[in-house]
Amino acid sequence: MSELTRNIDIGAPAPSGFSFENTLRNQYMLSMKGSDTLPTPKKTGTTIVGLVYKDGVVLGADTRATSGSEVAEKNCEKIHYLAPNMYCCGAGTAADTEMITQLISSQLELLRMNTHSTSRVVTACTLLKRRLFQYQGHISAALVLGGCDINGPAVYQIHPHGSTAKLSYTTMGSGSLAAMAVFESSWREDLEEAEAVKLVQRAICAGIFNDLGSGSNCDVCIIRKDQSVDHRRNEVKPNEVGPLREKVHHSSLLTMTPGITPTLGNPVVRSHPTQPIGIGLADVEVTAMEVEAS
Amino acid sequence: MSKQRTTQPITTGTSVIGLVYDGGVMIAADTLLSYGSMAKSFNTPRLYNIEDRILLGASGEYSDLQEIVAKVKALALQETTNSMESIYVDRKLPAKSLWNYLRAVMYQKRSKMNPYWNDVVVAGWDDQADKPFLGTVDKLGTTLQENLVATGFGGYLAMPLLREKWRNDLSEGEARALLEDAMKVLFYRDCRASARIQLAKCTSDGCIVSEPYELDHSNGWNAPSMIRAAGDLDGDGGW
Repeated sequence: MSELTRNIDIGAPAPSGFSFENTLRNQYMLSMKGSDTLPTPKKTGTTIVGLVYKDGVVLGADTRATSGSEVAEKNCEKIHYLAPNMYCCGAGTAADTEMITQLISSQLELLRMNTHSTSRVVTACTLLKRRLFQYQGHISAALVLGGCDINGPAVYQIHPHGSTAKLSYTTMGSGSLAAMAVFESSWREDLEEAEAVKLVQRAICAGIFNDLGSGSNCDVCIIRKDQSVDHRRNEVKPNEVGPLREKVHHSSLLTMTPGITPTLGNPVVRSHPTQPIGIGLADVEVTAMEVEAS
Repeated sequence: MSKQRTTQPITTGTSVIGLVYDGGVMIAADTLLSYGSMAKSFNTPRLYNIEDRILLGASGEYSDLQEIVAKVKALALQETTNSMESIYVDRKLPAKSLWNYLRAVMYQKRSKMNPYWNDVVVAGWDDQADKPFLGTVDKLGTTLQENLVATGFGGYLAMPLLREKWRNDLSEGEARALLEDAMKVLFYRDCRASARIQLAKCTSDGCIVSEPYELDHSNGWNAPSMIRAAGDLDGDGGW
């Protein structure tokens, strides 16, 4: 078993990039139990969509982030900024989608400074796919990239292993089948903006209500050929829980307002966050720490 | 010779979908028989009319479906001709009873670790309640009675559409249009589906199973953006 352990030299600098040590462990697991497949990784839930319409592109995403069967975040943002004329929806591991879009966004900005022109969608697609292919699928980011440039509106789907496809409409994530069913039923060429937004909302809502990995609200982002962007956070909120919470009757005995308990006096000195209470370091006597048992 | 058990389906049919509408129940399935990734036959109906009263359809292993249908047809015939009451009363096997019988059969087979590898859809007219009946039995013996059903891939692709558009006062024409739309989406996105489908409906007057026919998919791949070459130099070079 010596090949599974490694003496870690604490003084040496940390190895950069991905550590593939677990491949040894995985090989061992395969040979151990006699089963010929490893435990499958869990698919993180999401519904993300993108489509091209007459005057640009519309992107959509749900807002649920899951950690296994638990909802980790009820209203997260899955539509990431890449450039003034480009946004990217991300499904898969949340950290991977966030970091890779930020990385490519800064690369695009540097490129804009160098070339003095607006970024092209195909550039972002190429930068993303090269990075993802380099990491052989270990960066678990499935993206729907959309934007408008000199070549017109474009929507790309990018898979974790680095394959891409340029399409007129696409969906990704665990709710992608529900959303794609809506698209296949209702998409046509050259939709008007209102129709396109409605179609995206319907597709995301299909994911929200039929896929357990997706939920909460629907975010929409419209990027038009004239380079105007309309990032509508929480465009549709079909799962508002506020009214439901209001209906729950809380006993008046359980709601405490300040001053409800009678007190004899008020000797407590209320400290302001920026003003010290009145104890300074000079007031404290410094003694050496006892390190040996006396 | 040692006992053999079903461990995987070989010759298969894909999704069966169905819904209850105002006045009856309607189910649909395509007629493609798959042999793994081979298209074995394009014209194998998977929806059956039992005694003109009950509709039966299933996805999964086709040989198990044939066995189930043979057993069910024999049972239904027995009910109407051989049972003690049949000489006095015009007794017909109710759909709900057949559904429960299949539940018992499927559960027993599964408990012996040798299931019929099917998701069965049972539809009919419930005379006692005077309403349509629609239910499913899966290979584990799980039963569901619903207004909307879909087996296999249909659960992922057809169900969202059916749930969005269904109302309890759908007319027969609307029900058919909704099912055909869902079958078309399945043809687009299920690798083991075809555009040749079969529809079946059951009302208080009886059952009817249509002959297989082709869905119109002439506009499926001819959108200008789909035809245009994406890799042209006057574009962005595609992918």
